[in-house]
Amino acid sequence: MVEFEFTDEQRALREVARDVCTRSAPEEEVRRLMGTAEGFDRAVLRRLGSDVGLLGLAVPEEHGGAGAGLVELALLAEETGRTLLPGPLVGTVALAVPALLATGDDAVAKELLPGVVEGTTVLALAATDDRGGWAPAQPSVAAGAGGRLTGEQAHVLDGAAADALLVLAAADDGPALFLVDGDAAGLTREVQSGLDLTRRQARLRLDGVVARPVGSAAAATAAAAVATARRTAAVVLAAAAVGSAQRMLDSSVEYARQRLQFGRPIGSFQAVKHRCADMLVDVEHARSAAYHAAWAADAGTDDPELAADLATVVTAEAHLRVAKSTVQVHGGIGFTWEHPTHLHYKRAVSDAALLGGRAAAAARLADAVLEPA
Amino acid sequence: MTTTAPLTHRDLVADTARRVVAEHPPESTPRAEFLGACFDAGLAWVHFPRGSGGLGVEAGLQDVADSILQGAGGPVPFSINPMGYGMAGPTVVEHARPEVAAELLRPLATCEELWCQLFSEPGAGSDLAGLATRAVLDGDTWVVTGAKVWTSLAHRARRALLLARTDPDAPKHRGLTYFVLDMTDPGVEVRPLRQMTGAAEFNEVHLDGARIPDTHRLGEVGDGWRVAMTTLMNERRAIGGGSSRRGSGSIGAALQLWRERPDLRTPALRDRLTALFALADAARLTGERQRVESGDRPIGPEGSIGKLVGAELNQAVYDFCMDLLGVEATLYGSYDPPDGVDDETDEHAGPHDVQRAFLRSRANTIEGGTSEVLRNILGERLLGLPGDIRVDTGRPWREVPRG
Ligand SMILES: Cc1cc2nc3c(=O)[nH]c(=O)nc-3n(C[C@H](O)[C@H](O)[C@H](O)COP(=O)(O)OP(=O)(O)OC[C@H]3O[C@@H](n4cnc5c(N)ncnc54)[C@H](O)[C@@H]3O)c2cc1C
Repeated sequence: MVEFEFTDEQRALREVARDVCTRSAPEEEVRRLMGTAEGFDRAVLRRLGSDVGLLGLAVPEEHGGAGAGLVELALLAEETGRTLLPGPLVGTVALAVPALLATGDDAVAKELLPGVVEGTTVLALAATDDRGGWAPAQPSVAAGAGGRLTGEQAHVLDGAAADALLVLAAADDGPALFLVDGDAAGLTREVQSGLDLTRRQARLRLDGVVARPVGSAAAATAAAAVATARRTAAVVLAAAAVGSAQRMLDSSVEYARQRLQFGRPIGSFQAVKHRCADMLVDVEHARSAAYHAAWAADAGTDDPELAADLATVVTAEAHLRVAKSTVQVHGGIGFTWEHPTHLHYKRAVSDAALLGGRAAAAARLADAVLEPA
Repeated sequence: MTTTAPLTHRDLVADTARRVVAEHPPESTPRAEFLGACFDAGLAWVHFPRGSGGLGVEAGLQDVADSILQGAGGPVPFSINPMGYGMAGPTVVEHARPEVAAELLRPLATCEELWCQLFSEPGAGSDLAGLATRAVLDGDTWVVTGAKVWTSLAHRARRALLLARTDPDAPKHRGLTYFVLDMTDPGVEVRPLRQMTGAAEFNEVHLDGARIPDTHRLGEVGDGWRVAMTTLMNERRAIGGGSSRRGSGSIGAALQLWRERPDLRTPALRDRLTALFALADAARLTGERQRVESGDRPIGPEGSIGKLVGAELNQAVYDFCMDLLGVEATLYGSYDPPDGVDDETDEHAGPHDVQRAFLRSRANTIEGGTSEVLRNILGERLLGLPGDIRVDTGRPWREVPRG
């Protein structure tokens, strides 16, 4: 695998992903779904799953998936970012699946993954504390007698839609993962009113919920499984940011070409032209960092942890800057509800704060590179 | 001491304000009555002539009046009628016939009549002088047809500042005329426009044969651009003038959040907030210095410094607040447009008002002149750098490409 060189299969995959995302998530549909209770369309999820096989990309073949890697997942994510396709892809495919695989729990994987691949099962990884802090050393949910879970978590991505949740809870020997049914007695879930209406987060309340421990003694600890999941999701979010930023750059350039003020296209003013050029640089950097993180994970071209953190830092900043510039280039129109830019802008703001956020990624990156041993 | 004005003027303003407060205790006086008393006493705009809401003293002394009036619990009229107080008042007093000014200013000052600004159009934003709305004289009445957009508060305004084209064959700046429009005219239709915060602060306004008596023209026919300059300079000053109190405005919101949430502090964020504070204070002091140095001269293009910095500072401050909030920043109260009487501003005290203010701040570098346009003004008007090579000024307006 040569880094940055896509195979023919990967290029074909990108075409399929672009086609299905474009058809499934035209802007009117995204806006319609933003207003619905669940926030996405289960039929679209099934189309992505059983019809075109995109949900099982990174699921091992023994569980019905394609056994592909993060490069493939990143290509899909880029297209979902371009279209802002609403749906529980991050919670299911980018967080819960890698966490589950990292636990090495074959029995649970056999139970859940075929449904994920088909697009009939939505999963979530509940690994926050009661204020939304990511991967707490002291979980705010505790496992009591008989493995019953009690406590609260906030900001759980796709937590309300999930048919099953992997819940990080304090057990006798430290934090552990437990499987909780979406309709388990004692579990209440409340969608948190979000800035970004295209992703859903939930607050979970567990009151003596029956749960099953997940993981084999030989495999990674719960903390390591959560870290693996976070790393995968970071690459997916980074790639999605690339798609969204590219879409905004395209719309800015098009607008700068056709909008006339003072008898000239506004793109002929250097202030606007330079802004567009800076957006291009941001998008190019974001794309390089996101792809690199995917290849680092699949082919070991770099330390995957470092590459993922680098991708988060670079793409989050780039996404935010491009979104702000897109509003500015469009003038008043860019500030309206009717214009699509605010949907991408809110996505950029929100994603930059998820999973510990870019501040935590920057801190890890600093530890890794500033004072080498 | 923040001004070099003679003590007598300062004393006059302070004494007058104290007398108004004593005779009309703000807590027991209806809002319009209190503001009417302020107007009659010359405290609405202290630099206006006596009889027109002023005392004929330095504009910098407005703060002296406001801090006494508002300190005693009086309303903040600028926040109720921002376009009225910030722009319409100064434009009307300078350019309207005296009898028309007398008719318009008092209800403006009492906030019984809110004002809006019908300048921007779909095809004319930064290029305001390129606007296409037509006004045609019919006897002694102007008939206006066209479409305006982004009109803040049009849905609640009784009157509008209107710029329209009266001569399409003249070069663009010379074919404009300025009017005061009655928003209740049957030819006026207001449609709300929703913004990214969810609220609908601004509107599209369709003018279909709206009628304006010639007496409500401000300035000469064809001289609208010069009148509009009065409005725009005052707009930038009103938006960018900032407060003369250290730590007020958006930086104050950030400082408050910082103090309330020690759990969220990090050394990196502390450094950022310090830098923002320094920037905010430099901007505040620059505004103060400009006020002192300009004395009673009208504010010139230097007022654009405050607008430019204030807009970008607001955005940087709310970026900071969002970063401070961490994952809480991903929450939002509600995007449903607020209804009822409380929609005077887009600011709603609520659990997620930082997020709302953050989104709202994106407009700051667009409304009242974009940052790009303001930098052009600073470069060309203050520094004397050569302007862009123009393709639109030398020929009749109707021949200039638009879109
Ligand atoms: C919240 C809000 C409230 C508003 N309220 C009012 C109101 O009450 N009344 C009213 O009349 N208007 C109002 N406006 C309109 C506002 O004045 C315009 O949006 C603004 O002047 C920009 O015009 P535009 O939106 O058409 O953008 P455009 O002028 O099309 O600008 C698009 C981009 O091109 C850039 N650009 C344009 N010309 C140049 C140049 N010469 N050099 C470099 N860059 C350039 C701009 O900076 C911008 O980035 C409001 C706008 C907002 C966002």
